[in-house]
Amino acid sequence: MSFHFSGNSVSLNNVYIESVGTTAGLLEYQGPLGTYFDKYYLDHYHGNSSYEQAEIEMLSDAIFACLNKAKLKKDDIDLYFGGDLNNQLTACYYHACHLNKPFIGLYSACATMGLALANASILLENQNINKAMACTVSHNATAERQFRYPIEYGIQRKNTSTFTATGGCAVCLSSQKNKVRISSVTLGKVVDMNQYDANDMGRAMAPAAFDTYKQHMKDLNIDGTYYDLILTGDLSNYGKSIMEKLLKDDHQKYNQYNDCGCLLYNKDQNVYQGGSGPVCSALVSFGYIYKLMLEGKYKRVLILTTGALLNPVMTNQKLSIPCVCHGYALEVSE
Amino acid sequence: MDDKKYDKIADELRPKKQVLKNTIYAFLFGGVIGAIGQFFLDLYQNIFSLSEKDAGPIMIITLVLIAAILTGLGIYDRLGNIAGAGTFIPITGFSNAMTSCALEAKSEGLVTGIGANIFKLGGAVITFGIVASFVLGGLRYVFSFFW
Repeated sequence: MSFHFSGNSVSLNNVYIESVGTTAGLLEYQGPLGTYFDKYYLDHYHGNSSYEQAEIEMLSDAIFACLNKAKLKKDDIDLYFGGDLNNQLTACYYHACHLNKPFIGLYSACATMGLALANASILLENQNINKAMACTVSHNATAERQFRYPIEYGIQRKNTSTFTATGGCAVCLSSQKNKVRISSVTLGKVVDMNQYDANDMGRAMAPAAFDTYKQHMKDLNIDGTYYDLILTGDLSNYGKSIMEKLLKDDHQKYNQYNDCGCLLYNKDQNVYQGGSGPVCSALVSFGYIYKLMLEGKYKRVLILTTGALLNPVMTNQKLSIPCVCHGYALEVSE
Repeated sequence: MDDKKYDKIADELRPKKQVLKNTIYAFLFGGVIGAIGQFFLDLYQNIFSLSEKDAGPIMIITLVLIAAILTGLGIYDRLGNIAGAGTFIPITGFSNAMTSCALEAKSEGLVTGIGANIFKLGGAVITFGIVASFVLGGLRYVFSFFW
C-alpha cells in the first residue's frame, strides 16, 4: 500500500499511539501540569557530572518509561526518530548506542517532535515498519549554552525572551489499533519574515505557524472548527497574541486556541514570555493533552510545533531567522 | 503576507519595555555597588592605614571577589536580571562575566574548558580596553607636542 501527499499533508488511517513517557525538570514539575509527568528531577544535574549528561539521562528515562508502559523491549521498536537542540544532536546520539536499533536523528529546533512524528507516521502508514518511537529532549542549561549566555551570567533578559523547558518525551507509535491515533501530519515550509532578534522567537515563528495552519486546512479541506483544540508549540504569550491576530485578520474560525509555552508554566514562575524548546510542546501534548484525550475531554486536537532554525553564528552575521512549523493531529479513534 | 505588513502587526502587540523601571533599578543597584566600594575604600584607608593609592586596587579586588562568590552561589545572575546595567557596568559585572564562563566550562577540564573559555565574554572588554588605551594614549602623546 502506498499513498501520496495532498499538498504538504498526509491523512493517516493506521497510526496509533501505544504509549508515552515523559520526564520533566523541577520548574516544569512545579508548573500547572506537573502531576501529569512520569518522572521529575530535583535539580539540573540529578547526579550527573554535567548538564549534557543529565540531558541524556532524561531522554533515557523517558524512553524507558514509554517502553515500560507498553510492556515492550528496546528491540521491539523497529526505528527510533528523535532530536534535540545540541550540536550534533548530542543527547540523542549519545543515548542511541544503548538502543540496538537504527536511530534517525532529526533537527527542526523546537519543531523536532513534529518532524519525528511525521517521519515515523509515514513509514507506519506505508506498513514499512510496525512500531516506531519518536523522542525529543531539551535541557535549559545546555540550550542556554548552545544559543545564549552562561547560565550564571548576570545579563538582563529582554521581555520578549522565552525559557527553554527541561525534560524528555518519548512516544511509541504502532500500526495496531489503540485509543488515540495520529490522523494527519503536515510538514511545514521554512518561512523567513526578516526577523533578526534571537531574543524574540515568538515573533519570528508566528508566521510559520500560521502558514502551516493554513496549509493543513487547505490540504485536508477542513476548517479550524474541525478540531476541539488547536495548539501551537512555543510561541509564548507575545507570539500567541500575534497568531491570534493573524487568524482573526484572515477570518479563520476555530473552537479553542492556546500555546504550549503558555500552558507549561504558572504565571508567577519567572519564565519571561513562556516556555520553549522541543520538549515544551511534547510535554504539553503528550503529558497533558494526550491524557485528557484518553479521558474523553478532547476528541480532535491539532498541534503545530514551531521551530526557529537559528544559528548563533548566522545571527552574529546579521542574517534573519528562518522558522518552520510541523503539525500533527491527534484523534480519539472510534 | 509581506514582511512590512507583518512587522506592523507584530509591533502593535509587542510587550512594552519598562524603560523607567529598569533605569531606576539600574541607578539604585549601581549606586549601592558604588557605596559598598566607598565603604571598603574608607575601611582600608582608616582602619588598615593604607594610602589612597594602595587602598583603591585592594577595594576593587574585594568587589571582584564578592561578585565572583555571588556568581558561584547563583545570586548574581538573579540580581543582574533586575538591575540590568546597574550590575553589568561596574567591575563586578566583569568579574561575573569571567566567573560564569569558567563555571560553565568546568565540565570540559582545566585547560580546554576553563582556560580556553574564561575570557569568552570578558575578552571583548579586554580587547577594546587595550585598543582604546592605545588610541587615546597615542592622541595624548601627539597633543603633548602642541599643548
